[in-house]
Amino acid sequence: MPDVVPLLRSAPAHELAARLRQEDRLALSRMISAVEAGRSDARRELRHLFALGGKAHVVGITGPPGSGKSTLTTALAKAYRARGETVGVVAVDPSSPFTGGAILGDRIRMMELHDDPGVFVRSMATRGLTGGLARSTMDVVALLDAFGKDVIVVETVGVGQDEVEIARTADSTIVVGVPGLGDHIQSIKAGVLEIADILVVNKADLPGAQQVVNDLRAMLSLGATRTPGWTPPIQETVATTARGIPELVKQIDAHVQFLKDSGSWRARRAENARRQVLGILEDHVRSAFERTIRSETWEARFRNIAARTEDPYAVADELLREVALGDDNE
Amino acid sequence: MTAAAPAEIRRVLIAKPGLDGHDRGAKVIARALRDAGFEVVYTGIRQTPEMIAEAALQEDVDAIGLSILSGAHMTLFPRIVEELRKRGLDDVVVWAGGIIPAADAAKLREMGITAVFGPGSPTTETIAFLRAGGGRSA
Repeated sequence: MPDVVPLLRSAPAHELAARLRQEDRLALSRMISAVEAGRSDARRELRHLFALGGKAHVVGITGPPGSGKSTLTTALAKAYRARGETVGVVAVDPSSPFTGGAILGDRIRMMELHDDPGVFVRSMATRGLTGGLARSTMDVVALLDAFGKDVIVVETVGVGQDEVEIARTADSTIVVGVPGLGDHIQSIKAGVLEIADILVVNKADLPGAQQVVNDLRAMLSLGATRTPGWTPPIQETVATTARGIPELVKQIDAHVQFLKDSGSWRARRAENARRQVLGILEDHVRSAFERTIRSETWEARFRNIAARTEDPYAVADELLREVALGDDNE
Repeated sequence: MTAAAPAEIRRVLIAKPGLDGHDRGAKVIARALRDAGFEVVYTGIRQTPEMIAEAALQEDVDAIGLSILSGAHMTLFPRIVEELRKRGLDDVVVWAGGIIPAADAAKLREMGITAVFGPGSPTTETIAFLRAGGGRSA
């Protein structure tokens, strides 16, 4: 006997959305897939669901591969659950640029959350987007938000240099460093440090942790912080044993309070919205161009460029004119 | 894309139910499926039926590959199918790989495990099976 009414993945999006609003987890899951697949009916429903959100606090976790992001995410989720808050997790892993395939393995570290209905974990593949997030990450966050999650943790792919998209998605961005990755720490200093609201030195039980803390402190003292009035705290953690996790949760709370008190909250969300709108536009424009160039005429032009009988600048200008003048196929 | 278009298999869960800890086969198939363009959620070893069904629900996978070497398939697989049904995941393809006697394989097919691949099966067979819709009636 089925305990729930089956919900086929081909169900219309309005049905998915209606059941999502009644906290139906299967509907949430299938709505995420529909949005990720770019289904037009799902996009329309997403617009309505968007209005229901805005209440969740979005925490971003980024750092180099192997720094313990998934374990940290799990530890944070458990800490929030212990306070009675519901948690959504979005874990992003890279797609192969060659085959489009992906191994989504963050869940291995999160299996201990499986029997808690207050936690919903979704893995996503980047599907061609660079910057550490997947194309639909913001949409999935919006769906989890509309579903009613109190905290949404977004874990990026392993990054280290300029993959800073997470800072345009999260309210609080946590950058994770670990001892023993000398070169990676160098790159964190150079690129990702500026986006940190909170710095975590994970695996703090390993030799060299204090050095990483000192390095980060030295960098911060140079003044390269993101928000005036907020100096990112540096928190040491051992995510596997939850050492430092209660303190980290307090740091995040303090950051939330700071955002609210200082008014940065709205400013930051407005800035993120600007980025999001540009991103959506970019997707629309790119797909319009990709549809247009899928023809032998344009393929011939590309061969001409390869043979140096034409140049890419002129061809791009011409393509722009053709798409701009083309039929409005909305 | 219209709302009613039948979904192709794109997201797959590879799971190891039960207590055996050898996941080389599971990893080989996960890797082969990734290289064939699938998004593969891998959950690691020692999974209970509830854990597998819950992961399938949250990840909204189109298909689940169960890898098992321990001999407990006749106990565990029906429970997994049951847990999936409880969650309304009736349209998820379930297939299996590992050490499963032919007589058991026939019974498993009746339970809704649409394919069973034994030792030595080339990964291309699994890929072809999934690309063809995994024995799922549209």
